[in-house]
Amino acid sequence: MTDERSTPVAGGVLVVGGGISGLTAALEAAEVGKDVFIIEKNPYLGGRVAQLNQYFPKLCPPSCGLEINFKRLKNNRRIRMYTLTEVKSVSGSAGNYQVTLETKPRFVNSNCTACGACAEACPEERANAFNLGMDKTKAIYKSHDMAFPMRYVIDADACTKCGKCIEACAYQAIEMDMAAKTFTLDVASIVWATGWNPYDATKMTNLKYGSSNAIITNMMMERLAAPGGPTDGKILRPGDNKEPASFAFVQCAGSRDENHLEYCSFICCMATLKQITYIREQYPEAPVTVFYIDLRSPGKYEKFREKLMADPKVTFIKGKVADIIAEADGGVTLVAENAVTGDKVRVKADLAVLATGMEPTAKSLGAQFGLSMDKSGFIIADEATAMFSAGCAKKAADVVTSTQNSTAAALKAIQASR
Amino acid sequence: MEKKYCAYICTGCGIGEAVDIAALSGVVSGEMKMECKTHAVLCGEVGKGFIQADIDAGVNTVVIGACSPRVMQDVFDFGADKITIRANLREQVAWSRPEDAKPDYTQELASDYMRMACTQAKKTELPEAYQLESVNKRVLVMGGGIAGLTAAREAAKAGYQVTLVEKAEALGGKALGWRKQFPSKAPWTDLEECSIDEMVKAVTSEGNVTVKTATEVARVAGAPGNFEVTFKAAGTKSEWDAPAKVGADEQDKITKGEMPDPNVGLKIYTEKNADAEKFGSVVLATGWTPADVSEYTHLSPASQNVVTNAQFEKLAKAGKVPAKVAFIQSPGGSENDRDFPYCNSVTSMVALKQAQYVRADNAEGKAYILYQHMRTPGQMELFYKSAQNNDGIFLTKATVTGVEEQGDGSLVVTAKDTLLNEDLTLAVDMVVLAAGLVPTTKDQPTVNLAYRQGPGFLDLDLFDGYADSHFICFPYETRRTGVYTCGGVRKAMTMEETVDDATGAALKAIQCIESADRGVSVHPRSGDNSFPEFFFQRCTQCKRCTEECPFGALDDDEKGTPLPNPTRCRRCGTCMGACPERIINFKNYNIDMIGSMIKAIDVPDDDEDKLRFAVLVCENDAYPAIDMAAMRRKGISNLVRFVPVRCLGSVNMVWIKDALSSGLDGVMLLGCRYGDDYQCHFVKGSEIANKRMDNIGETLKSLGLEPERVKVNQVAITDFDKVPQLVQDFVDEIVALGPNPFKGF
Repeated sequence: MTDERSTPVAGGVLVVGGGISGLTAALEAAEVGKDVFIIEKNPYLGGRVAQLNQYFPKLCPPSCGLEINFKRLKNNRRIRMYTLTEVKSVSGSAGNYQVTLETKPRFVNSNCTACGACAEACPEERANAFNLGMDKTKAIYKSHDMAFPMRYVIDADACTKCGKCIEACAYQAIEMDMAAKTFTLDVASIVWATGWNPYDATKMTNLKYGSSNAIITNMMMERLAAPGGPTDGKILRPGDNKEPASFAFVQCAGSRDENHLEYCSFICCMATLKQITYIREQYPEAPVTVFYIDLRSPGKYEKFREKLMADPKVTFIKGKVADIIAEADGGVTLVAENAVTGDKVRVKADLAVLATGMEPTAKSLGAQFGLSMDKSGFIIADEATAMFSAGCAKKAADVVTSTQNSTAAALKAIQASR
Repeated sequence: MEKKYCAYICTGCGIGEAVDIAALSGVVSGEMKMECKTHAVLCGEVGKGFIQADIDAGVNTVVIGACSPRVMQDVFDFGADKITIRANLREQVAWSRPEDAKPDYTQELASDYMRMACTQAKKTELPEAYQLESVNKRVLVMGGGIAGLTAAREAAKAGYQVTLVEKAEALGGKALGWRKQFPSKAPWTDLEECSIDEMVKAVTSEGNVTVKTATEVARVAGAPGNFEVTFKAAGTKSEWDAPAKVGADEQDKITKGEMPDPNVGLKIYTEKNADAEKFGSVVLATGWTPADVSEYTHLSPASQNVVTNAQFEKLAKAGKVPAKVAFIQSPGGSENDRDFPYCNSVTSMVALKQAQYVRADNAEGKAYILYQHMRTPGQMELFYKSAQNNDGIFLTKATVTGVEEQGDGSLVVTAKDTLLNEDLTLAVDMVVLAAGLVPTTKDQPTVNLAYRQGPGFLDLDLFDGYADSHFICFPYETRRTGVYTCGGVRKAMTMEETVDDATGAALKAIQCIESADRGVSVHPRSGDNSFPEFFFQRCTQCKRCTEECPFGALDDDEKGTPLPNPTRCRRCGTCMGACPERIINFKNYNIDMIGSMIKAIDVPDDDEDKLRFAVLVCENDAYPAIDMAAMRRKGISNLVRFVPVRCLGSVNMVWIKDALSSGLDGVMLLGCRYGDDYQCHFVKGSEIANKRMDNIGETLKSLGLEPERVKVNQVAITDFDKVPQLVQDFVDEIVALGPNPFKGF
């Protein structure tokens, strides 16, 4: 790997996005022998999967695969990576693109050893975006345990420029006057691996997200269960830190709904089944209710579903949740109609998890870069323009499918740069 | 290379405060006889320049006592012709000091890490990449359906020569029999005309592709960059057919006449065929066959008008389909809500497609889709929705309890628990069962490798016969280097998924060829140019290495002497760990190196409190977990010395014996989870290590040592919160047991 310290070369592949899909596309192309640039808007690589506690169905930690990928990256001189960097404009055509990029200031240079003295000295705090705001970091912070590159960053909105971190740093790593940097790369093809955001839960007004601490999203559940999360892996209700005695999952929170996301987000059924295993490990007896339309656990996921459905304390109800009501005891009541029996059901739970779907990040940026998009905001790969999409920028998909199609995108990009 | 050494100790990041640097430096220059310099910030520009100046003056082997080797790797990279050895003084010493750490304990810990690093520097050599005499860059694609056609075309478009083999007379595979195909692009709502003819045409007109129809692969011998493939006419037998694996027990029985030799008339697997064609890598895209559903007797599968989805497609392609058709997705009745086996989500899509034939062919056509879970992931939901808007397509969740044939050949379907909230009885002209797509690898080796470990893929039981990867992050990795699978052999998938999957497999095939050409490993040690070398004079033909290699890299001759295939090798070192004669070694990772590092640990023989433990750690997952524990400043017992290994599979028994005979009080192995959900990047390493340790207990007893002194633990990379305690528990257990009685001998 070569980072921003060295000068870029021309004619390679640009990969936009440093999550599992972008990393895969970049590494697979570079290991064939192509020059690759990978950019990431966050201060760290790893993207969405870095926030996940475990993958389904193996229940293995995503950081295990990330560690290998980071190692591959470090060992490969054909890849150049740029964090805190976004595409500003694209000009030219297939085989000969000029891409203007902007790197936001990290305010911490490559002298940083990640020793942490700065954060100890820093008096200011910020909401920890990595943990979805469920805890705080200092204004100068390390994104997470596996942050790569392993370097601190300053949140300019939280920093008061008091200078305490500068005093604490023995390595002259902090540069308060660091400015944004714009630069241009010449590349032959572009792989867009811009990933997804959880669908904004406040948009489903009937699910009352925000009205009670007992209503969380599935991404929040991942962080609550993760050893590096806000509760050190203990699943507690945000706000009062209560150990929940009962749980409910609301499937298709936004997905398969023409008012929100009309497609199926692919992963939420399996994510919920997986999160029930998190719950079972900590609360062996807690009742869990799942409201669903269809359980989409096809193929080799089917065994996983059956194992969980055999749990006598987990109830599956086919029916859409119509309303969630905050209760005085801090819990909630979920109201739904059972589609098979026609009965109206009310279920009380200490913690309700909204299985929010995935919204492609590219939705908001496709038009300005001349990408072909479908109406949901996914990028349609286009051989004629040498613009390709990978992972969840292409379609709602699980990690296996994302890494597969990212490997495919790597080959398409290589063909275009021949 | 004649080595010129220098060691450097960084005093930054708390190392200088935790350790007496002058004394530590004295250990290196005195005891280890290596020049030693110190610097406040080795990773800074000045620090790096400080080392570079020595390198410019001739130093070529540097020992860096600073942070973890997982960080600042680029800073301490002085070029491919220089050796850099790291001692992890920051994470494993300064940052993991227990609260009550006594200074002398910390100092001894740091000294041991420097001793080990200096020893490693002395024992390692720069590897030289293994080069095949000539690397063949052609790609063989087996199977001429959508997957194979795509893989062939995409590899060709990247500039590679491809041979595409298909056993049928014509290319096209299953798609030739389709009437329409699923939507493959936005808006994802309508069926499309089949594109298979264009796909075939694109491949046959592609100059880089050679097509062999009515042909099968008898055997694939050799290794990436140099596969030797024997073809044969489809459906025939050949003396070059890949022989079945015959294990030692079976061979015994065959010799005694207790079982027939399965390989009668076949050339042995190591025999070279002069007429074989050479290839660099292989894509297996032999697809699937329709599942047999005759066991579901309650659905009257024998009735003339009960057909499978595959049969219905044929009817639809040939002509008009009946007007009233029920599509049954789940055969389990009240017992379970599973789809038919081998369905994935494809059969939900097929039912939606075929329901439209009923509507298209009949003015009053009615299609009933009875499902437990409608599976149309992602954009396929839009296709589902368009079917819901079709007046003649009725979709309901239903528990189908039976299908009865009537006197006139028509059928009655009964179901309960439907969305209509009542028991349902449907009179229809035809019933279509959503039979699954069984991979061709389920009962046949298919890829027909002439390998010592047998002709097929391994672990097929774990994947229901699919030739799939077990890695979520690395979906193309199987246990056969240079052979990549795609399409129906991997899972039941739609055409759109298949095209992506096959394109990805083509990339991996090309990448493997280019890696072989550079003499470097493929995943997960991509780019590694070391490889195992064998000192054959001392080989006792015990066959452990050939048996245990997770990737089948080793063949053997009639006597059992291993025949290495370095381009199949993934450099995990499992062979090195297996060898009782210790004749397998890498230039930069070998028995002597790790053994000497362990022996370099100073064992006080006059202080009962200062016990010593070696912990051999998998560098992929356990080692980062220890680093992360340190970053969180969790104290770790300072009686313990961590020794990173490529994989627990590479741990040779002799290292344990070395450790205990040199007076260490205990040895722990920290590796990845194994079992069905294994996390070992080399598949079998941690499991094999665990088996070997089961056996060492007896050896220890015979030496008069307690078997408790050796322990294996499984940890995940996220277990940073648990590792310190795990280590402490082991230490406490041995402390209770008392010191190693061999100490001081």
